[in-house]
Amino acid sequence: MATGQARAAEENVPAAGGRGGPSRRARVFAVLQRRGAIVVLLLVVAVASLRFDSFLTARNLENIVLQASFLGLIAVGMTFVIISGGIDLSVGSNLALGGVLAALVLPVAWPLALLLPVVVCGLLGLGQGLLIAKAKMAPFIVTLAGLLGIRGLALALADEQPVGVDNDSPFVWFGQGEILGLTVPIVFMLAAFAVGELVLIRTRYGQAIFAIGGNEESARLMGVPVDRTKVIAYATSGALAGLAGALLAAQLAAGQPVAGAGWELDAISAVVVGGTLLTGGAGTLSGSLAGVLLLGILQNLINQLGTLGSYAQQLVSGVFLIAVVLVQAYLTRKQRL
Amino acid sequence: MSGGTAAGGRSLGRAGVAPWLRDRGVYVAFVLLLVFNLIVTENFASIGTLTNLLVQVSPVLLVSLGLALVIGTEGIDLSVGAIMALASAALPLYLGYGWPVAIGLSLFVGIAAGLVNGSLVAFAGVQPIVATLALLVAGRGLAQIFTNGQLLIVTDPVVLALGQARPFGIPAPVIVATVAVAVVAFLIRRTTFGRYVVAIGGNRSASFLSGHPVRRTLLAVYAISGLLAAVAGIVATARLGASDPSNVGVLIELSAITAVVVGGTPLTGGRIRLAGTVMGALLMQLISTTFISNNLPFTWAQVLTAGIILIAVYVQKGRGAA
Repeated sequence: MATGQARAAEENVPAAGGRGGPSRRARVFAVLQRRGAIVVLLLVVAVASLRFDSFLTARNLENIVLQASFLGLIAVGMTFVIISGGIDLSVGSNLALGGVLAALVLPVAWPLALLLPVVVCGLLGLGQGLLIAKAKMAPFIVTLAGLLGIRGLALALADEQPVGVDNDSPFVWFGQGEILGLTVPIVFMLAAFAVGELVLIRTRYGQAIFAIGGNEESARLMGVPVDRTKVIAYATSGALAGLAGALLAAQLAAGQPVAGAGWELDAISAVVVGGTLLTGGAGTLSGSLAGVLLLGILQNLINQLGTLGSYAQQLVSGVFLIAVVLVQAYLTRKQRL
Repeated sequence: MSGGTAAGGRSLGRAGVAPWLRDRGVYVAFVLLLVFNLIVTENFASIGTLTNLLVQVSPVLLVSLGLALVIGTEGIDLSVGAIMALASAALPLYLGYGWPVAIGLSLFVGIAAGLVNGSLVAFAGVQPIVATLALLVAGRGLAQIFTNGQLLIVTDPVVLALGQARPFGIPAPVIVATVAVAVVAFLIRRTTFGRYVVAIGGNRSASFLSGHPVRRTLLAVYAISGLLAAVAGIVATARLGASDPSNVGVLIELSAITAVVVGGTPLTGGRIRLAGTVMGALLMQLISTTFISNNLPFTWAQVLTAGIILIAVYVQKGRGAA
């Protein structure tokens, strides 16, 4: 798949190098940097299937993907935001708020339980986007305030208690039902990645995201609607986090105001592991999907090993992140030479 | 007492409320909240309340000092809470060999963790937010492995004194924090190292081209941040009388970043406001105290804090050029 930014990245090499086409070495590095996560994912799956009989069963795999699907939805929005050169730390809190809102409005009418979280969290994302794009405030600090404030809102609305969801409501289907044998949140996640990838590669909006992440000033001078593009990215990120929260509430049959704590970091890890540069301007959603699944599989493997506590999982994730980032730093440095 | 500035001097000819508020907003907010408490909160005007406020703010303040230096270089350190947990977990491990060994090891762990962050940032060219994010994720897990996820009771009297003693009526954590403020203030205002820190934050390439030891300075800045986080971890452990790596310093990075930013240090680096940082930490603690002692739902304190961060950053924007 020759994607827009893939072409751009390959063209960058001779432009910076000054003479001739990209060397084979540079091309291999470029592919590794973008597709490394998928390679590692395949390797891990292969090793895990050989090592554990229970790993490659439909039930276990579906379980892994279902656990990962909520983080996956968040990672889609995060990928857009990070490629545009920003960051969204508020997603975990938005997920909690989405779940609480869904559970609270469910008694009124069940479609509202799906709609309201998406709208409210989308608007919160929009507000953050406006502060970042129009008021020129740093994304890190605006969404950090969002992380604190939105979590506070979720806790306050829920009275610091989980809000129950009526198990007989049709809403529960969105967390526990199946479409073509797949649990509904998995379908939502796959749809989000598919639509996101299309938008990112095939639309003017997607190209604007890459342009802004590459060089915001140049993008502005070329007439790219920078502010609008950024605001939409943050609004999308918020809306997807709200949707993930509603689906999670349907799956757990409760709106948990403490849900998703620390997920912003997991999502960032998944996106970075997937080959998206935190400096913006380059990245793929397929990589992010691989990153999300890798994190999910690592967690699953550590659980299967049994001898390692849940603490080891954090250690492994952290070390893994460092390793990936170091390799990326090495590869991109070579790429720029 | 304001920290070093890269550009030096204040912008001229822009007399008015806005610039003044920008520089002194955190003090105004603190005084307003103090007056509010004196009027509304019962039993607020007592030595006990004041000492409590100071004791509670000490760990956040220690961590904020390191972060002020890191942010001054246009970096960020998300791993401070995890380093607190690591230092806290390392403390009881070798307490059998006496308290100097235990505390030494604990501080060493903090410095080593900081050096890992610093190497990633300075030598590998990894962005500070990612480099320290990795340690934030891994550090607490490692700390929990040290202690098997359990709470370890600390009984050594010297260690406990660091959290609980009151020489001359002043709680030990407050003394530790005050000494740290003085040392960091000296570093920033009186040493070449301090000038390098703000120079790097102002313009890293220019600083490098001027022959400043950029990498060594960055390494030192993250090591100091790790050291201060370890001190905070030891103080927190001593106050509790136990090492609890699952809970010590959780989310403290957010409070500390808030304190630094609200205090007037821009996230874009190049300028450190140490007095503002101290005030910022006190303001954040006073907000929690206000909500708790008036039986207001604490969750709204979080919403208020978020609002304060946004206002503080909003009034500061555009100052980077000044």
